[in-house]
Amino acid sequence: MMKFQNLSVLVSVLLFFSADKPLKKPIPLHEQTVKDEKGRYKRFHGAFTGGFSAGYFNTVGSKEGWAPSAFVSSRQQKAGKQNARPEDFMDEEDFSEHGIAPREITTSSEFSSSRRDQAAEKAKAINAQAALIPGDTLLEELIAPARLSIGVELLRKMGWKEGQGVGPRVKRKTRRQQMDGGSRVYGCALPSAGAEDSEDDDDEEFAPENVTFAPKDVTPVDFSPRMGVQGLGYRGLDPGLALLGHGAPEHIDLFKPQSEARSRLFGDERSGTRRGGVAGQAFGVGALEDDDDEDVYHRDSMSRYDSVLGGEEPGDRLYGWTAPQQYSRNKGKPAKDVSYLGKILEGFTLAQKPAKEKTIFPPPSLPRDYRPVQGFRPVVEVSRLSGVSPALAKALRTSRGHMVKEEPQQGGRHQLHSGQRRTLLGEDALQGPSSVMELLRPEDRQRLLNLRNASNQTSNQTSNQTSNQTSTPESRVSEALAAWRGVQISTQTFRPFEKNPSKQERYELYLNRLKQGDKDALDRSLDPAMTEWERSRERDEFVRASILYRPSSSSLSTRFTRAQHQEDDDTVEVSRDQEGDIDDKQAAVTMKMFGKLTRETFEWHPDKLLCKRFNVPDPFPGSGTVGLPKVKRDKFSVFNFLTVAESREPTALLKPPESMKKSRWDVSEQKKEEDCLSEMLSAARSQTETKVEKPASLPASSSSSQQTEVRSRGTNSEVIDPPEGYRPLLFKMSFLTWLVYILTSFGLFYNNINIY
Amino acid sequence: MAFPQPRPQAPQLPQHLLRTIDCQQGAVRAVRFNCDGNYLLSCGSDKSLKLWSMSRGTLLKTYSGHGYEVLDADSSYDNSQICSCSSDKTVILWDVATGQVTRKLRGHAGKVNCVQFSEEATVILSGSIDGTVRCWDTRSRRYEPIQVLDEARDSISSLKVAQHELLTGSVDGRVRLYDLRMGQLHVDFISSPITCVCFSQDGQCTLSSSLDSTVRLLDKSTGEMLGEYTGHKMKGYKLDCCLSSKDTHVLSCSEDGHVYCWDLVEGSLSLKLPVGKAVVQSLSFHPSETCLLTAMEGRVQVWASEPEEADEEAEKVF
Repeated sequence: MMKFQNLSVLVSVLLFFSADKPLKKPIPLHEQTVKDEKGRYKRFHGAFTGGFSAGYFNTVGSKEGWAPSAFVSSRQQKAGKQNARPEDFMDEEDFSEHGIAPREITTSSEFSSSRRDQAAEKAKAINAQAALIPGDTLLEELIAPARLSIGVELLRKMGWKEGQGVGPRVKRKTRRQQMDGGSRVYGCALPSAGAEDSEDDDDEEFAPENVTFAPKDVTPVDFSPRMGVQGLGYRGLDPGLALLGHGAPEHIDLFKPQSEARSRLFGDERSGTRRGGVAGQAFGVGALEDDDDEDVYHRDSMSRYDSVLGGEEPGDRLYGWTAPQQYSRNKGKPAKDVSYLGKILEGFTLAQKPAKEKTIFPPPSLPRDYRPVQGFRPVVEVSRLSGVSPALAKALRTSRGHMVKEEPQQGGRHQLHSGQRRTLLGEDALQGPSSVMELLRPEDRQRLLNLRNASNQTSNQTSNQTSNQTSTPESRVSEALAAWRGVQISTQTFRPFEKNPSKQERYELYLNRLKQGDKDALDRSLDPAMTEWERSRERDEFVRASILYRPSSSSLSTRFTRAQHQEDDDTVEVSRDQEGDIDDKQAAVTMKMFGKLTRETFEWHPDKLLCKRFNVPDPFPGSGTVGLPKVKRDKFSVFNFLTVAESREPTALLKPPESMKKSRWDVSEQKKEEDCLSEMLSAARSQTETKVEKPASLPASSSSSQQTEVRSRGTNSEVIDPPEGYRPLLFKMSFLTWLVYILTSFGLFYNNINIY
Repeated sequence: MAFPQPRPQAPQLPQHLLRTIDCQQGAVRAVRFNCDGNYLLSCGSDKSLKLWSMSRGTLLKTYSGHGYEVLDADSSYDNSQICSCSSDKTVILWDVATGQVTRKLRGHAGKVNCVQFSEEATVILSGSIDGTVRCWDTRSRRYEPIQVLDEARDSISSLKVAQHELLTGSVDGRVRLYDLRMGQLHVDFISSPITCVCFSQDGQCTLSSSLDSTVRLLDKSTGEMLGEYTGHKMKGYKLDCCLSSKDTHVLSCSEDGHVYCWDLVEGSLSLKLPVGKAVVQSLSFHPSETCLLTAMEGRVQVWASEPEEADEEAEKVF
């Protein structure tokens, strides 16, 4: 409401301005006049020649002239010596607020407290300097008349003595009782009277019954008002302190609880006195100044300030890290005042009694035979009881309702099964099989039924059976066939080989044939132009993929929907070399068998710059990777599962590299194909020797003459798809490289078979 | 006639208390020699780092600028720079003479436990509770680390550099040795959280103390255990261990207020130095002489093999 009012006012003002009246013209210079409060014009002489005109034509007089005061002196009335005060030569302008002698109502010195009149002191100091003997006022200062403020005098007359508190005299006993009497203190706890108590303890037995004592003196509470808008305990930055130079403290703490106000209160003056004014800072040192060693061009540095708010660490010093169990249990237990030492704000004290802890009652324990189901009373349908009187109907409604005929579905909704609830709600039945048994493959179902019939069959046997079933490739092919047969063609099936369009095409062809129930789907959909090895590899991939991504049985697929946003990057970076089994190492540690069992060595790539700074040659020149080598893996690749066991191999094979060792992962940048070839050859030879037992005595020297570009496939088969342009190259190969290739692929094939 | 062979001198142990320095900077979190052993650095919990003269025990300079307590410090080979790390997640490079902050390196996600210069002070390496070691360049004006080593799965508690090798100990119970020249990372599994790691002076062995109250001497190249030293108490605190300057003894702090000193070869306890009643927080061995620094609560104690007189004579020579 207020806002609207304001708005309307604003609008009207705007209208007023924008209406026909033009904006006020600025007043021309000659019309800009200055008048005093009586409406008289004042002329400006210029700042250096006296400012505004004063009085009558710059005189003290008036238009009527200057009237001298009359001097009368007679025998009876002698004229006293007239002392002209400065005020006599001032007019009312000078006495006004902005004049040279403003008048205000102040406490007269008789009633004022001991606060010093600073202006008077300054005047006195100036006088002393100007006097013939400098420091003339010293004597006056030394011998000062004893003067007490009126308040102190009044108190003294009432019987008060220095050092005592103000108030009625008390008996010590009674006061003690009052203290113990349990009068509750609410709000801020009073400061503890520990010191007083200890004194009391000393002379308690000597205190006679009828003697009263003056109350203890208390330190006055500082009621200085808070200026500024900072929070409690914050002092703000004192520029004088920051620019003090050498005299300044090493560290400036803006949150120091010992503030200036307190030190003023207790009267400890700043010891390091320093003259004020603009000396020092940026004004240079004068020729007459005696202390030359003063830091004139002192710079304030940020290191003297706290860079982090809050001074101490937050509470448990953990920074959000999980603490060990014992630590988190222990913390908070030790004495609280220790952690608050030096941190209590001025004017506050620690509470003596801790805040009362909330008692938390445990929830009531349930009776053992409690069922968390509400038993409704059977609803009496009054409308059916048409012939019954309303009174009886009401009674029936509240009673057990025996009159109503028992319905067949009596017992509430909890007795209904899902189908009944569905019909009640009028929902359509979900498509798809209704039983778990229907989701199973026919042979599995049969087996389960057998199991149910013949209960003496042990579970051990069945598990053997299943493992056998999944292990043979033939059974897998038939499994894929069973999974895909008769499935409606949907475009939403997962595309595992999206990277390689032709492969994906072949895979889809294969799936289509599977759906039609084609038994030789696999062989017919593969590319006949491919090599036997590639074909067998792809065959295996397809079968595995078709089983892994088999259409989720229709009942499940009705319950899931496709994601709206597909994640774009479907590769994950995995550290190439995984760490080995911890249990083995733990066992080795307990047996104190340090060495091979507990040590693992990884290939690690230091940053190029780091090598330069450490003055060592880069162990992997030209390598782009930093840290542990990472491998990009297809997130959904089948071979993430296939090659798990293989990924461990390279660490074992890693030999201490030569000083100019090439990284395995930058093989594509290698320039010496000969090396690569011979390496490959030796690897292939070693494999054939160990596994195939086929004597491979190839002349290694002749292979070095080959200049064809062959990508090293290494001994591990992590590379999933053959790189583009791999097949065309194959045909360019001469006989020798062909042999090499055959050998390596042999090794690979054997590797794979071993793994399966 | 041959002179009799001079009797082999018994190994000297730092068993005489030379002086106690009250650092007046709260609890002393770490105490370190500079690289030639003439000065010592004390890291205080009152956010300050102090430089002391070893021979006189006088305060030379106070370095303040950290936001929370200082946890570790190291001086460069030429004594011109100091690096320190703190709970405020920063690493600070100091100019020794002026006491000004040369560089303040931010990047760690948690408090920084340990810091070391590389041999030529071109790189500062800092290990933090966030499980990373960051390599900061001191030569360029870059404020990002050159490389972040994030192989550890838990807080890095200790870190040492020797020539081209970097040794880190982590709370995940592994000692990692990064070999820059070979481009290899050796991970030794110790199982118990590591509190401190050290290279031996000859660079052939690594020493690691862990929270199962054991100090182990491992062969650097193979990871085999050469010695195991027990008897002290190290259950919950991150305490230091070190080797003596001639690799004759293994020293470790203990929570029972002693410094334990074992013979390296025999593994027998040769000295149990009573320092005080509280936990011995940190210790540092002189790089060439038989001199030991220990830190307990707010005090730093200097121990030597000879009583005071010898030291005074040495002082006169200087």
